[in-house]
Amino acid sequence: MVDLNNISLTEIVKLVKLKKISSLELTNHYIKNIEKGKKLNCFITTCFDETIKNSKTFDAKKNYDSLLPGIPIAVKDLFCTKDVKTTAGSKILENFIPTYESTVTSNLWKEGAILLGKLNCDEFAMGSSNETSFFGNVINPIEKNLVPGGSSGGSSSALAASFTPATIGTDTGGSIRQPASFTGTVGLKPTYGLCSRWGIVAFASSLDQAGPMTKNVEDCALMLEAISSYDKKDSTSINKKKENYSKNLNKNIKGMKIGIPKEYRVDNMPKEIDQLWSKGIDILKKSGVKIIDISLPHTKYALPTYYIVAPAEASSNLARYDGVKFGYRSNKGKNLLEMYENTRGEGFGDEVKRRVLIGTYVLSSGYYDAYYLKAQKVRKLIKKDFDNSFRKVDAILTPSTPSSAFKIGEKTSDPISMYLNDIFTVPVNLAGLPAISLPAGQDSKGRPLGLQLISNSLDEQRMLNIAFAIESEISFKQNLNRWWE
Amino acid sequence: MSKEKFNYFIKTEKNNWEVIIGLEVHAQVISNSKLFSGSSTKFGGQPNTQVSLVDSAFPGMLPVINKYCIEQAIKTGLGLNAKINLLSIFDRKNYFYADLPAGYQISQYKNPIVGEGSVTLDMPYGTKVVGIERLHLEQDAGKSIHDLSPDNTYVDLNRSGVALMEIVSKPDLRSPEEVNSYVKKLRTIMRYLGTCDGNMQEGSLRADVNVSVRKKGEKKLGTRCEIKNVNSIRFMEMAIESEANRQVEILESGKKIDQETRLFDTKKNETRSMRSKEEAHDYRYFPDPDLLPLEIEQSFVDNLKKNLPELPDQKKDRFIKDFKLSSYEANVLVSDNNISQYFEDVIKNSDIKLAKNWIIVELFAVLNKKNLDIKNSPVSSNNLAKLINSISSGEISGKIAKQVFELMVNTGDDPSKIIKEKGLKQQSDPNELEKIVKIVLDKNTDKVQQFKSGKEKLYGFFVGEIMKASSGKANPKLVNDILKKELKK
Amino acid sequence: MPIDKSQVKKVAKLSRISLDDNKINSLSKDLDSILTFVEKLNELDTKEIKTLKSIADKTLEARNDIVDDGKIKNDILKNSPEKNEDFFIVPKVIE
Ligand SMILES: [Mg+2]
Ligand SMILES: [Zn+2]
Repeated sequence: MVDLNNISLTEIVKLVKLKKISSLELTNHYIKNIEKGKKLNCFITTCFDETIKNSKTFDAKKNYDSLLPGIPIAVKDLFCTKDVKTTAGSKILENFIPTYESTVTSNLWKEGAILLGKLNCDEFAMGSSNETSFFGNVINPIEKNLVPGGSSGGSSSALAASFTPATIGTDTGGSIRQPASFTGTVGLKPTYGLCSRWGIVAFASSLDQAGPMTKNVEDCALMLEAISSYDKKDSTSINKKKENYSKNLNKNIKGMKIGIPKEYRVDNMPKEIDQLWSKGIDILKKSGVKIIDISLPHTKYALPTYYIVAPAEASSNLARYDGVKFGYRSNKGKNLLEMYENTRGEGFGDEVKRRVLIGTYVLSSGYYDAYYLKAQKVRKLIKKDFDNSFRKVDAILTPSTPSSAFKIGEKTSDPISMYLNDIFTVPVNLAGLPAISLPAGQDSKGRPLGLQLISNSLDEQRMLNIAFAIESEISFKQNLNRWWE
Repeated sequence: MSKEKFNYFIKTEKNNWEVIIGLEVHAQVISNSKLFSGSSTKFGGQPNTQVSLVDSAFPGMLPVINKYCIEQAIKTGLGLNAKINLLSIFDRKNYFYADLPAGYQISQYKNPIVGEGSVTLDMPYGTKVVGIERLHLEQDAGKSIHDLSPDNTYVDLNRSGVALMEIVSKPDLRSPEEVNSYVKKLRTIMRYLGTCDGNMQEGSLRADVNVSVRKKGEKKLGTRCEIKNVNSIRFMEMAIESEANRQVEILESGKKIDQETRLFDTKKNETRSMRSKEEAHDYRYFPDPDLLPLEIEQSFVDNLKKNLPELPDQKKDRFIKDFKLSSYEANVLVSDNNISQYFEDVIKNSDIKLAKNWIIVELFAVLNKKNLDIKNSPVSSNNLAKLINSISSGEISGKIAKQVFELMVNTGDDPSKIIKEKGLKQQSDPNELEKIVKIVLDKNTDKVQQFKSGKEKLYGFFVGEIMKASSGKANPKLVNDILKKELKK
Repeated sequence: MPIDKSQVKKVAKLSRISLDDNKINSLSKDLDSILTFVEKLNELDTKEIKTLKSIADKTLEARNDIVDDGKIKNDILKNSPEKNEDFFIVPKVIE
């Protein structure tokens, strides 16, 4: 019998199609793993009875002709799932049971996948360490007291610990790529509009994108193919035909041009990260790629821009959590106004409050021009930097994060130090571009480090191909001793 | 007829105050589904049955714009002689309220779909052009019901997300009468266009009224107050009157006007401050990131323009020119598309002069009395045309026609049927009439003698007797001819 | 110092979030450092830059005027903390 914890999604799909393994056997395997791994606190909700029922239904089918035949998959608890509790990691949605299914997850189920459960995340995806969740922090399977990154921290941990063969997260400022980097997994943030946002609890509408998190690049291509689609219900969804990313995946990147942005060589960056970057460059050179130095001059303004735009949108997006239609309602308060204030005061955690207040402030009269309007203009400059670069190069290579995974509690007292984690990932969201983080090495403490590839809009195939080529040269291997079991 | 002079001022011992009024009219767009969702806009449904997940702002729900609502706004803009903006932007207006599920209203702030335009009013003192500042599209809110329970407010979201056009006038209006005329004109234009039904009872048309006062002759505008959500023309007039007087009193006592939002209390006939809503009003408008800028092709606008129906001002000009109507008559007939349609149907094959009088005098009296819309008139345009033709042809007299008309109103019958059944047809056979004349003269030989000896006043007596004898049906002209002849014998 | 305690209170009121004094103190500190951080943008002269209209590279698509939603009252009311069979119910609004 194969060790299911050490093979890829693509291989598992093959086994199912060859009837070497049934959907029910797979389901039972992951349920066992999940039950033995409660310590990691990856799940907010599981729905095993349903999962088992669905896998049996699948096994009774004759036709396995789909991308994810009978594959049990857990998803970030930001995706609304019909009849399954969806919390966004917040007390304010503690008991919310949607009557509808997000487009991205329904795409998964259409391709044969089966829901295992809902994965922990930072509250409303606001955080970089999964420590802001109302349901407690998630532990990185790499090491007992390490954060898994965030906000898709439950997703990255569950994947690394093989509680699910692949997963999906959302990425507003790095929330897929940073946790992928912290857990030695692959995470891809698609072009803005490639995946529908319909049915995903919104954080910042102009930045949010769903994306796959997997153990390797091939799986990532497969998952992206499954979840991406044009959706008339999302006005920002791009109308284009579906691509066969996995079928078209190849390592031939000879003759391509890759840009190295000098502004990503930031102060105080650990030497190990610099070395990792150089290693990536060397591999590319060996693969026949031309390395080109480029400049993205407005990079240093990306984080300040992000921390105006994202909170502004969030302050408005989160206004609907008012105790009227769904979710938590405080029973304190004599009238509507007091009910609102107590509901939101009790229902939101500190980080959400910080961002809602910042967002309200930067939009309020007298401050709008100085903050919000200014940020929108700088956002344009940041986008222009990338547009200019992509006239010269096919993709851009950078580190994914300025450090490896940090300790639980290490950065919670200083919001800015936490925000700095996303320094390499945030510019991509501001520009609406696709990017992928892939594991490329470990630091001296054995913590994984990731490299990030950024490509032009809708150039996911080429980006995946380059990542595929790098991956095969690096042959990153992570041996977890399953200490949590 | 000499024109009246404009004379609406608040006169006090010391001053004459001019009243400056601007209107923000909220007009519900006629459409099947809502501005950003596919649920129905029908009035009067069971609570919360016309609500989608989008209208109730469930997590992850996104707006998708209704193409027809865009067309309706553009058509209305064209009807207001306004500039259509090929690029407009939807913004979020953020505030908390029980019937605003998302915590924001999607509206248009800095870049509305329609820019400056104008509306022409016919006032007793001449025409008056009122400037339009802008028209933008936005969502309606739901309904809060405060009187179903002592401790709670109930919320129905059926209206949530219905498309509204907010039409903002310039502060060009100067009296309650002008406001009356302006709102009616707007309503007529939108009804002609089919973009808003203007039904004020159902809330399809309501207005925020901005009022300020200044001494006659002053150039600078005074501080204004906004009276929110007034839902009848009568109340608008009352609210303006009382608010203007309130402001004058304050200013004459040496105090200042606070710029604020007020409510009109229809029972007390006064406005009062909405202080609780006043605190910390800051709508934090910003472009809705769930939507993209709305870009319209000029050809799309041109096409709508080409297919625009004839508007009231154009129709009025045509009626005056083609049908020789007075300005007053034309105004009355074009004030409602159905009325002008009725008029044009009637005159298709009947006399214009008779038709306009019959409609404006007789038909309107009946409709008024019975409180009926012209669409439900008991007298169809076809039947009225027949009646008029019976008069023109001499089949019946004008007097008999009124009898026939009354029967038409009561029965809805065809006039020829009534005339035939009731035997009301005019007696125009000279032989028959001669017989009647002779009988009458024979009965009154003494009076004939008196007439012949000079008492000519008796002529009328003979006519009256002849008409009586014919039950009013005798053709008056023929009676005249025969009577004169017989009396000369 | 871009923001002080009284402004934080005002913004909290606008955001409809109740905060006790401890929270106001700690949040004021956080918000102040965040706003100081974002004010780095002031280094840039953006007078000539037009604002970004949308990051999505497309134009707005419109749907046809068809009624294809609604009639889901039970779904709409299902998650509400307080309701009867027809309405959402909230504490009395004081005008
Ligand atoms: Mg208003
Ligand atoms: Zn409005």
